Amino acid sequence: MSEAIGNGLYGLVAGFLNMHWSNPIMIVIGMILLYLGIKKDIEPVLLVPIGFGCILVNIPLAGLMEEEGFLRIIYDAGIITELFPLFIFIGIGAMTDFGPLLENPKIFLLGAAGQFGIFLTLALALALGFTKLEAVSIGIIGACDGPTAIYVTSKYAPHLLGAVSVAAYCYMSLVPIIQPPIMRALTTKEEKVINMGTVKKSVSKTTKLLFPLVVTVLGGLIAPKGLPLLGTIMLGNFMKESGAVSRLTKASENEIANIVTLLLGISIGATMDGKVFLTSQTLIILGLGFLAICLDTACGILFGKILKVVTRGKVNPLIGAAGISAYPMSARVVQKEGQKYDRKNFLLMHAMGANTGGQVGSVMAAAVMLSVLKGMGVI
Amino acid sequence: MDNWTFGITMVVVGMGGTILTLWILSLLMNVMKRIFPITKEGK
Repeated sequence: MSEAIGNGLYGLVAGFLNMHWSNPIMIVIGMILLYLGIKKDIEPVLLVPIGFGCILVNIPLAGLMEEEGFLRIIYDAGIITELFPLFIFIGIGAMTDFGPLLENPKIFLLGAAGQFGIFLTLALALALGFTKLEAVSIGIIGACDGPTAIYVTSKYAPHLLGAVSVAAYCYMSLVPIIQPPIMRALTTKEEKVINMGTVKKSVSKTTKLLFPLVVTVLGGLIAPKGLPLLGTIMLGNFMKESGAVSRLTKASENEIANIVTLLLGISIGATMDGKVFLTSQTLIILGLGFLAICLDTACGILFGKILKVVTRGKVNPLIGAAGISAYPMSARVVQKEGQKYDRKNFLLMHAMGANTGGQVGSVMAAAVMLSVLKGMGVI
Repeated sequence: MDNWTFGITMVVVGMGGTILTLWILSLLMNVMKRIFPITKEGK
C-alpha cells in the first residue's frame, strides 16, 4: 500500500527529478522568444510558435519529440520531407510583386551581390572547424531568407536546425538595426543624395506572366537541385500574375501560409532541446549568422558603387543594401536612410526592385550551391 | 577533398554561378520587355 502511494507520488514529481540542467535555461529562452515576438514585434508569427515549441520540448518525460510524440509527427511530416518551407514559398511567391525589379532588370545584379555573405560565411565556418554540410547550412543564414535556410539545413545538417532558424529569423527582423550603420559607413554624402528619379511603368502583363516561367525553366536547368525552391516561389507568383486562379492565390498567401507557418514554427521550436541546443557551437552559429548579414549588406553597397560608376552616376549605392531577401523591410530602411540626407529623394521603388531581386537571388544562390555540391559529389 | 579546396570552389563557382545566372535573367527580362512592350492601356 505505502509502496503504491510512494510510486504514485514519484509519478507526480518525476518531471522535476528528471530535469536536465539545460531544460530550465531553454524554457527561459523560449519565454524570451515569446517576449520578443509579442512585446517587441520581432517576427511574432514565427517566434511565438518557436518559443512555445521550445518550452514544450524542454519539459522532461513528456516525450513530445520521441516516436509517436505529436511534435515528432509534425516534424517528420513537414521538416524531414521539406514540405513546410516549400509551401511557405508558394505563399511568398503569391505575395510578391516583381514589377519594380522588371522595370529595371540590371538591379537583378544587386540581388546577386547581396548573397556574397552566404559564401564568405561558409568559408569562415569551414575555417572554424565545421564540417562541409554544416558550413553550408550556416552560410545559408546569409540568404536572409527563413524558408531557404530551413530547407537547406533540414536536409543537410538537421542537428543545427534550431540555431540556424532562430538566427535567420531574428537577424531578418533586426535588419533595420543592423543595416543603417553599414550603409552610413560605406557611402559618401554625394552618393547618398543621388536621385534615381521615378520608376516609369514599362512592363507589360505578358512579361510579368512570363517572368516566373523563364526563371523556373532557366534556373531549373542551371541548378536542378534547387528547383523545389525556385519552382514553388515561381508557382505562387505565376498564379498571382495569371489572375485566373484567385482562390488558389488567396489560399496560398493566407490559409496555407498561416497553417504551415504555425506548424513550421512549432517544429523548429521542437528541435531546441537543451541537451542539443546549449553548446558553444550555437553561439558560434549566431555570431556567424550576424556576420553573414553584415557581409551581404556591405557587398550589396559595394556592388551598388560599381553600378554607379558603370551607369555614370545614375544608381544610388544605398539601394545595394536592399539586395537581400528581407522583403520589404530592407527597402524601407534604404528609403528612410536616403531621406535623411535629401527629403525629396524617393528611393523606395528602386530599393523594392533590388529587394525582390534579393529574394530571387537568395533562392538562386541556394539552388546554385546545392547543384555545385552535387557536382562535387558532396551530397 | 580538403576544406580549403571546398571553400574556394564554393566561393568562386557558387558566387560566380549566382551572379552569372541572375545576369542572364536580367538580359532575358530586357529582351522580353522589348518583345512584349507595354500597351497604352497597360500604362
